[in-house]
Amino acid sequence: MTQVQIIGAGIHPFGRTDGRSGRDQGVFAVRQALADAGLAWTDIECAYGGSDSAGNADIMVNELGLTGLPFINVSNGCATGGSALASARNAVASGQCDIALAVGFDKHPRGAFNAKPGDWGLPEWYGETGMMLTTQFFALKIQRYMQLHGISRETLGKVAEKAFRNGTLCDHAWRRSPVDLDTILNAPMVNDPLTKYMFCSPAEGAVALIIASEKKARELGADGVKIASIAVRTRPPGSFEVFAPAISVDRGGKPTELASQAAYEAAGIGPEDIDVAQLQDTESGAEIMHMAENGFCQDGEQEQWFAEGRTELNGQLPVNTDGGCLACGEPIGASGLRQVYENTVQLRGRGGARQVPGNPKTAYSHVYGAPGLSAVAILER
Amino acid sequence: MSGVLPVAEGLWTDEAQPRLIGGRHGQTGEIVFPMPEGDAAQHYDPVPLSRTGTLWSWTSQDFRPKSPPYAGPEAFVPFLLGYVELPGQVIVETRIEGANLAELTLGMPMELVLTEFAPGRTTFAFRPCA
Repeated sequence: MTQVQIIGAGIHPFGRTDGRSGRDQGVFAVRQALADAGLAWTDIECAYGGSDSAGNADIMVNELGLTGLPFINVSNGCATGGSALASARNAVASGQCDIALAVGFDKHPRGAFNAKPGDWGLPEWYGETGMMLTTQFFALKIQRYMQLHGISRETLGKVAEKAFRNGTLCDHAWRRSPVDLDTILNAPMVNDPLTKYMFCSPAEGAVALIIASEKKARELGADGVKIASIAVRTRPPGSFEVFAPAISVDRGGKPTELASQAAYEAAGIGPEDIDVAQLQDTESGAEIMHMAENGFCQDGEQEQWFAEGRTELNGQLPVNTDGGCLACGEPIGASGLRQVYENTVQLRGRGGARQVPGNPKTAYSHVYGAPGLSAVAILER
Repeated sequence: MSGVLPVAEGLWTDEAQPRLIGGRHGQTGEIVFPMPEGDAAQHYDPVPLSRTGTLWSWTSQDFRPKSPPYAGPEAFVPFLLGYVELPGQVIVETRIEGANLAELTLGMPMELVLTEFAPGRTTFAFRPCA
């Protein structure tokens, strides 16, 4: 297969942008990515994109130009962006084209996501009795994890404190003000042990990435970042996922572990080789558990990692350097691509105030979502 | 509980000490909850589940879920929920009654009760064993 690079990256600031549709935010991101790569829309040979709640991506050709390119709409829940990137990468790697676009955008209403039982193959009573909320799942998962592995509430708070601190340094973040640990810990409870500052909020935003073959990147003299591997995996038997009225007594694997192992194997490196990581932080507990599920530490070691600040910008393994979902919010279709965007920024050394020191060479991103799927991408410089 | 209706038919047995009804897979023997509906049901036989189990995890619901689908009263009272492991059978998600957050611990014994979660409608819940 042909080696593939990201040669252009664009982002529409995350958060709330009244008066601008999700798709228009997508167009904004595409134009920024084109400018970054020094390309015109007519140079793009194929495109993959989507949103969860903001409509079809292929309509963007109305704004960008009717070049006749194949434009595949991707609709894959929380992995929409990751699947678009995997598809664009595969199109280039297979030799189908030399330059491809991956774009994800979204615009969600305020408040918690409101799922309909029927859409998820679940009985109505599950929603009627108040048990079908994504926030509950995350609280139930971290509650058990804390009991089994000795994670403290204070460490949950430190995750959020770090996210908001990193967000202050990031121009695409939504939450740009620091929040101190006491405020986070004493804020109103959403689902015990998670307070309101420990959860990300549905939001808006868009990300576009331009993918090219290594040969094309060289011809263009691009400031490229290599895609070493991408893996998307759905849940194995016995896993514990969002929207589960019951789970098996035979406990099994996790989609994140599967995607992570596949990505490491394809890249030929291990967690000890990663210089910077973006891990799904739907809430504070998710970042903690995903550190272990992605192989960066053993269960329970996170308590010490946070006490020592090992995941800070200047730590041994900086995690969620742009503030993650906690500071950026979660526009589903764009969220996974934001992580890859941030890794591209970091590997190019363009992070400004939030730049990880020491010229990072490898970067890892991990997105997780309902109904139990994960996508991992490893980039190299 | 006269005058009140179950939130759904077939969730628990109609007996003095009701039990949840799961489905046992005809070939693998794996137990699921609730009993599957539609085409999937052909692979499962209904099976009454244990009335007692142990607490697997828990949380609180501190804000009113959106309606629909939530059918509880407008005047919201926070409630507890969690997963209870029915030994050798299945781990079920459930409301938790008769306990404070601070009392809950991993592995504590729990037993099934019915609760009126909305005026005139019952659902199942688990509470700490007496």
